Amino acid sequence: MIIDHPLLGPRDAQEFVILGDASLIDRPDWQAEDSAQQFHDYQHLRDNPAGEHRELWFHEQGDRSWLVVTRNTLTHEVLKVELARDVAMARGRGR
Amino acid sequence: MRYSVLQILKEGLTGNRGWKPVWREPEPKKRYDVIVVGGGGHGLATAYYLATVHGLTDVAVLEKGWLGSGNVGRNTTIVRSNYLLPGNEPFYELSMKLWEGLEQDFNYNAMVSQRGIINLYHSDAQRDAAARRANAMILAGADGVLLDREALERICPYLDFDNERFPIAGGLCQPRGGTVRHDAVAWGYARGADRRGVDLIQNREVTGFDIRNGVCHGVETNRGTIGADRVAVCVAGSSGKVMGYAGLRLPIESHVLQAFVTEGLKPAVPGVITYGAGHFYVSQSDKGGLVFGGDIDGYNSYAQRGNLPTLEDVCEGGMALMPTIGRARVLRIWGGLVDMSMDGSPFIDRTSVDGLFFNGGWNYGGFKATPASGYCYAHLIATGEPHPVATEMRLDRFERGAAIDEKGVGAQPNLH
Repeated sequence: MIIDHPLLGPRDAQEFVILGDASLIDRPDWQAEDSAQQFHDYQHLRDNPAGEHRELWFHEQGDRSWLVVTRNTLTHEVLKVELARDVAMARGRGR
Repeated sequence: MRYSVLQILKEGLTGNRGWKPVWREPEPKKRYDVIVVGGGGHGLATAYYLATVHGLTDVAVLEKGWLGSGNVGRNTTIVRSNYLLPGNEPFYELSMKLWEGLEQDFNYNAMVSQRGIINLYHSDAQRDAAARRANAMILAGADGVLLDREALERICPYLDFDNERFPIAGGLCQPRGGTVRHDAVAWGYARGADRRGVDLIQNREVTGFDIRNGVCHGVETNRGTIGADRVAVCVAGSSGKVMGYAGLRLPIESHVLQAFVTEGLKPAVPGVITYGAGHFYVSQSDKGGLVFGGDIDGYNSYAQRGNLPTLEDVCEGGMALMPTIGRARVLRIWGGLVDMSMDGSPFIDRTSVDGLFFNGGWNYGGFKATPASGYCYAHLIATGEPHPVATEMRLDRFERGAAIDEKGVGAQPNLH
């Protein structure tokens, strides 16, 4: 698989490690009433789709940036690559 | 028809005209007591034990392809019960005992070959861990012996004992481990279930569940609805997809695991050998091909094929363990869809929907578990209570802080 890094251009997926579903960006509020339940769901439950899947990849052997890669799990085709920072900011995760 | 030597002689003398199809191909009824979704090893075993142990024969197995077309036909055929944790080891030892009596039980030659499995160790710390594991196995009624380097040199002299970085110090051997003809397991269970009245329905994909007021009343398929009091899902790599029809999210990700077979060689590998300093395991099939594999690729996949970096990694492990393997040519490579759970251990449980049961999360180790998985799943479906050796395999174990993390690496699928 080739991951088209937004800053560095096309890179071999071997340079990266994958963390998993990009929903891991949406860390629950620890002060919520049901935060224990929310954290359980956040940490352990997955949509696990057959088809388009947004996931977090870390460029460990490169510039050590976190990326959100949209990939088709049926074909391994990489559809879209974004900086995780941009995605998180857009979701209001940044300060 | 019961298979026996007499039967073979009789058929041989009469032109082999008396053999019958091994199972029927019935049209499904409108309604069953139990519907098993998934006609792989675990599904067929479940149907078989529902019929034989619990007397439930109003059962249908629905399979979207042909029987045994999933992981039961795509694995590396190893059986073993060399687990450590109390939530796992008694279950896998039950499986081992069922393997040992399986062929006589279902009257089919599954070529159960207990030629031993050896997990190598390379350091003092690994030796201690192996001794502890062997003790845990013995406590659960299994067998485990520590082999020193001299004993190993007699069994497999071609290993790289004096490797600069990871010299081989010894191994943990389970003599009762070994290999089984994987397709024959599916066929044997299918035939056994069919003979007791279970309907095996092929080319019938489940596309939804008939759930009203939190109770499951049956399944929707690509060719109509079928009613059932109890619906038991065991679809391995497709777990996320199928349970999604019921609106349930699982602690499971689907990944790809690759396996490799070389050309046929003279007998060299007596049992199963696993490398202790990397992820690589090898056995030799009855046809002579070396069957080997290693880690999962590590990313979510439904493609049933992997990529080259993992192939390279596995082959590097092989070369470090037994350099002689470099002379063998790989003939076949394939990938299986594995249902990786968060802690590397499986689930056999009820769900929040009444009448809907779930069996999955077998990771890369579902084949060895086939008999016990079917046995315990059938017990749960028939009695409503988990089997005593499967009480820890619950879907809510992460909420309770009761993960079964056999490798002790944390709750993330691609670490296992």
